[in-house]
Amino acid sequence: MPQETITLEVFRYRPEEDKQSTFQNYDVPYHEHWVVLDAINWIKDNVDGTLSYRWSCRMGVCGSCGMMINGEPKLTCAVFLKDYFPKVIRVEPLVNFPVERDLVIDMDGFMEKLKSVKPWIIRDDTDQMDQEYLQTPSQLAAYKDFSMCINCMLCYSACPVLDGDPEFIGPAALALAHRYNLDSRDKGNEQRQDIMGAEEGVWGCAFVGECTEVCPKNVNPAGAIQQAKIASTKAWYRSVLLPWGKR
Amino acid sequence: MRQMSEALQHDIVIVGGGGAGLRAAIAVAQLDPNLSLAVVSKVYPMRSHTVAAEGGAAAVIKDNDSFEAHCYDTISGSDWLADQDAVELFVDEAPRELIQMEHWGCPWNREPDGRVSVRPFGGMTIERTWFASDKTGFHMLHTLFQTLLQYDAVKRYDEWFATKLLIEDGRCQGVVAIEMRTGQIRCIKAKAVILSTGGAGRIFPFTTNGAIKTGDGTALAYKAGVPLKDMEFVQYHPTGLPGTGILITEAARGEGGVLLNKHGERYLKDYDLGEPLEVDDPKHPQKRTMELGPRDRLCQAFMKEHEKGNTIESPFGDVVHLDIRHIGEKKINKLLPFVRELAKNYAGIDPVHEPIPVRPVVHYMMGGIHTDIDTATPMPGLYAVGECACISINGANRLGSNSLTKLLVFGKRAGVAAAKYVRSCGKFDDSSLESQTASEQARIAAIFNRTSGNERIAAVRGDMHHAMESGAGIYRHDATLATTCEKLAMVRKRLGNIQLDDRSNCFNTELTTMLELENMVDIAEAVAHSARQRTESRGSHQRTDFPERDDQKFLKHSMAYRTEDGTPRVEYLDVVITKWPPAKRVYGEKPIESGA
Repeated sequence: MPQETITLEVFRYRPEEDKQSTFQNYDVPYHEHWVVLDAINWIKDNVDGTLSYRWSCRMGVCGSCGMMINGEPKLTCAVFLKDYFPKVIRVEPLVNFPVERDLVIDMDGFMEKLKSVKPWIIRDDTDQMDQEYLQTPSQLAAYKDFSMCINCMLCYSACPVLDGDPEFIGPAALALAHRYNLDSRDKGNEQRQDIMGAEEGVWGCAFVGECTEVCPKNVNPAGAIQQAKIASTKAWYRSVLLPWGKR
Repeated sequence: MRQMSEALQHDIVIVGGGGAGLRAAIAVAQLDPNLSLAVVSKVYPMRSHTVAAEGGAAAVIKDNDSFEAHCYDTISGSDWLADQDAVELFVDEAPRELIQMEHWGCPWNREPDGRVSVRPFGGMTIERTWFASDKTGFHMLHTLFQTLLQYDAVKRYDEWFATKLLIEDGRCQGVVAIEMRTGQIRCIKAKAVILSTGGAGRIFPFTTNGAIKTGDGTALAYKAGVPLKDMEFVQYHPTGLPGTGILITEAARGEGGVLLNKHGERYLKDYDLGEPLEVDDPKHPQKRTMELGPRDRLCQAFMKEHEKGNTIESPFGDVVHLDIRHIGEKKINKLLPFVRELAKNYAGIDPVHEPIPVRPVVHYMMGGIHTDIDTATPMPGLYAVGECACISINGANRLGSNSLTKLLVFGKRAGVAAAKYVRSCGKFDDSSLESQTASEQARIAAIFNRTSGNERIAAVRGDMHHAMESGAGIYRHDATLATTCEKLAMVRKRLGNIQLDDRSNCFNTELTTMLELENMVDIAEAVAHSARQRTESRGSHQRTDFPERDDQKFLKHSMAYRTEDGTPRVEYLDVVITKWPPAKRVYGEKPIESGA
């Protein structure tokens, strides 16, 4: 029996050579156990060395290989050819980002947003290195899900707000800020309030919930943002009603 | 290729943004914010392969554990090839570093009273592995990266690919790197360079390692004349998924998982690893016994079972079964959720209901760039840390869960040592650094512009893989190693016949893949030649023609120096023994009290 094939319709764009983007079709051997990334690697190895994309761990944890697959943001190492076969698979770079080349997006904006939410433990005291801070299993559970983000950017591609407003901090970074706010070891709530409570912070979210839908790690950024809105409102009331008191 | 622009300049350049590099960067930033510090990484740091470590990080924290026990487990695990001064330093520093990670926000699993939890790992006398469910490396890497973000002074060169160390005046004075977004080749001057580029599992076809683990920093140091130590010691992990090589953590056995052959037998009982207890026995799993034996011994047992015809056929090679069903869904979801996710996605089975098919898979390089216990290489100004370096605490077989801790202990040490060096090293001749960069640019341009040659990268890489797997795997023999060395020499010749498809400057991953392949061939040759010359069996290095350990001749580190044709010259260096004189490795019973 001849080898069955599947067609990948791949977005191509090289900034120096191409005036505009095009699609290029590749026929790839069809294997039931192959993920879409395997097919893309097969193209690169055997047919066309010019195709550029990012990948590494191929086990859904490094967050490198997010792309639009038939219009939906996916980790290409975690979706299988068999889920699409025998139909054509359209492969495009993640939307809501500038394209550097082919399937490679420009992450600069996200890296700045990530830093802006101060995603680190903030405390006044100095570290005492002789013992861990105590944290009970339920205190851990309060933020654990929000700490599972692999920065794969699928939620930024799914977010309808980012489609219109690139300044919106976005689901992953806001969920991470909330993760630190919820951590019993952290005292940085107030320092994060300016950015969280700003227009481009949690209030920018229209609560469509697409981010949570597409998240491959069940982080639930939409839930984090809703919780953060409530916390932000409480902080605002405290500052208005009790301006002399300690927040 | 792009024309060169002006040189960049820093006090310290760290190449590699994984756990070791980031820990070093934080150490420098905290020690002296006035130092100009740069982190050069070929990927965004949070993509680094530290992210894929699962089971945990070892450090003595509980009252039932001790400094001596952790040292003994590490040293006996290493088959006495670890340097004991380095091990003592490591074990002593380990708890402080893991507490530091805790203070930086790492979500370690906890006991009801709020203290951190620990779990047992293979080859351990007492459970001492701290863990963040089964995504410990992921949490550590993101915690380190996010912590580093608060230091504004740290300059990151994300997606810059380092191609060469700049050496002048007998000192390392920077690197040449390609800015991938533009294709520009840049000179980055530095008074000190720390290499933290990770392992090189990708020299083998079947590995837990991600695509980026091509040993770049190791090859850069090697090409600059720095010896590579103990390269013949390659750790196979006993439980990888067939086909992909995706890791199923040792924690699955630490929590009670068992290994079964095709007859449903716990076959490890036949391999000098002790007697099995029933899985519902409260004492199961027993430390340093059966499924909690060391990785090298478990992989060797698999090979023997395979010879006996007791393994299970699968479309991707023979397997055995890792059975965790008796642990129960609730505990699996709490302690091993990633194992369940990976098995479902990539093996098509739910381990709550079915056993997981597994086979040994290349996992970790015990060897690497030769350094002292301060992470300094013999080249002034050059430091190395993490999997790319060999200090050595791993010897001939690394103890599971020591590697994550090692990134922290020695990462910090590297940052401190490099900072100290740059504050006292004075000024030296750096007049040729830009001309060296121009030569490097010309070398890369020649590869980029080559219009002759009929080879593809994937074909040459495939033959390197085949050479390594067929001759330098779990069991080795002079004849198979000789063939591997010959094949690798052929592979090296063919590198010059590879013609690239891609002539674009922007994000040219075909070019970087080519440079990675060059690096891997260097490392593969160092592994194969070092393995051929070690005519004994020790730890992960098993010679069927020399089945015994030979302390008379080989209680020594191999030191591979690159010669002009690319093949190594291998010399030897004595192992440092402090309190634990060489003894027999005993598993499956109470270990013999030794030394201290």
